[in-house]
Amino acid sequence: MSEPAGVIHDIGYQRYTGPRLSRGAVFGALYLHGLRTVFGFGRSAKAKIFPWLVVGIVTVVAAGAAAVRSQIGEVVMTYAQFADNMSWLVIFFVAVAAPELVSRDLRSGVLPLYFSRPLPRSDYPLAKLLALVTALWLLLGGPQLVMFLGAAFTTKDGMRGVWNELLDLLPGLLYAGLWAVVFASIGLLVASLTGKRAFAAGGIVAVFLMTTPIVGVLSIMPSRAVNELAFLASPSTLVQGVGVWSLGDLLITDDAAEAAGSLIGDFGPVYALAAVLLVAACVTLLLARYRKVATR
Amino acid sequence: MTLIATESLTKTYGGGVTALADLTVAVEPGIIGLVGANGAGKSTLIKILLGLLPPTSGRVRVLDLDPTTQSDQVRARVGYMPEHDALPPDLSAAELVTHLGRMSGLPRTVARERASEALRHVGLYEERYRPVGGYSTGMKQRVKLAQALVHDPDLLLLDEPTNGLDPAGRDAMLALIHRIGTEFGISVLVCSHLLGEVERICDTLVAIDGGRLLRADHISAMTTATDVLAVEVSEGTEELAARLAAYRLPVSREGRLLLVPLADEATYDLILGAVAELDLPLHRLDQRRHRVAELFATREPSHV
Repeated sequence: MSEPAGVIHDIGYQRYTGPRLSRGAVFGALYLHGLRTVFGFGRSAKAKIFPWLVVGIVTVVAAGAAAVRSQIGEVVMTYAQFADNMSWLVIFFVAVAAPELVSRDLRSGVLPLYFSRPLPRSDYPLAKLLALVTALWLLLGGPQLVMFLGAAFTTKDGMRGVWNELLDLLPGLLYAGLWAVVFASIGLLVASLTGKRAFAAGGIVAVFLMTTPIVGVLSIMPSRAVNELAFLASPSTLVQGVGVWSLGDLLITDDAAEAAGSLIGDFGPVYALAAVLLVAACVTLLLARYRKVATR
Repeated sequence: MTLIATESLTKTYGGGVTALADLTVAVEPGIIGLVGANGAGKSTLIKILLGLLPPTSGRVRVLDLDPTTQSDQVRARVGYMPEHDALPPDLSAAELVTHLGRMSGLPRTVARERASEALRHVGLYEERYRPVGGYSTGMKQRVKLAQALVHDPDLLLLDEPTNGLDPAGRDAMLALIHRIGTEFGISVLVCSHLLGEVERICDTLVAIDGGRLLRADHISAMTTATDVLAVEVSEGTEELAARLAAYRLPVSREGRLLLVPLADEATYDLILGAVAELDLPLHRLDQRRHRVAELFATREPSHV
């Protein structure tokens, strides 16, 4: 019997005998998916507005700084200072990105579909965390690259000038990495506590903003040690403290230098240790949170 | 091969709530119905089978693997359809199932192909490119089934797959599950609190109540000789019973009724003959189909 053309044949169910990828490949897929989510790829146009608005602002600021420097020859801000100046934008970026990464999944109940798959349950939060860290680092590091390119192409010292510029850029990128790690781990932990995105965003902003007055109060207390340790109280000032200690004149330029040097006194290592402990605590709590979520 | 085997499996939650108590059961591949009232321990059992919850005591094996120590290997070969809503509303079914296929270790292009296939098998075609948020409950249930199927598991664990569906939707879902279990060659464990539903499609039935095993057997073993003739006569019930017993029919009394297992058509004739010979006023003679539910009905009170 001849069959009419264009008939779609139901070939039935096909078993799959091909390769199944390793844990690392699955982790990578989840990581990339998270990174795309942060910037709104694979999402509605609405989800792209905010991330790309922030990307636009930081790029314009960096391009402006590069332009001023090439025309007037005045360094508006160093690479590390750029990260500091953009910290408010980073806070809002985290407040939008972290709930997008984890609160959505908590709310829609999709997590059992992840945890019923081979992926170990710690991989889910870790892949999301890594994606957010990468996104924040790109957000702060990308514009620094713009500033570097601007400076490198207008330098008057030839290759030596480019090399010197590169030596300035690398600590700046590391400093951006520190911002990214601290902000991402706090933001993701807060967001993982609730399925409501608005609550998560509010919570994240609160953690960063509400702690700032504490720094203000502590820094006017009549004790020098308390003043010098005051910046531990808020994540943003904690990161800046580590920056002041480790980067010195790359972060603090000219007249402010002397004053800044005395801001944290000799407590630099304390700030570094506090930053490490803060991140470690956040990651531990995040993993504990998902151990609990997975069994529900 | 034994598909799922548990041995004295017990799960006690923190608050002293016992979800599973000394459950020992072994089932062969096929379609298995797991029935029990809400809170009987079905979902807890599924989570233990997936290695998501550790049992308090006892042993468990799934596909000859131990989910407590080899949970990743178990989960690679098992597909799970949860009871509750599990779909992000703004993703399309195609995107979601593809992504979850990749989470099961499928390469990117394979995941996309198999996602389309799985969605086609559950009956979603063009609508798979629309956001899940606009789907009907029936379509959402199908997407949940497709994501459990995308990585070609050897065993599907379906938690209340007919929840929230209208009668037509239930029939379609049950037919689909039956097809997966028979044509696709994938074993299926279907959880339900509706016995009448699962008994239609499954080969094996496991009934639990309060975390204890009520009964586990092949459905054929449960339903054999379950067709029964009920005879009611206005008087002379004793005489008729004696006469039927003389014909070597295994008669049993149930109130004013005499119940006779229906062996073949000759049983009718024998009964009618006996009634006629004794000249008794026959009130009624009808055939009853024993529902599996009745098999449990007599047992359940003993556990309460």
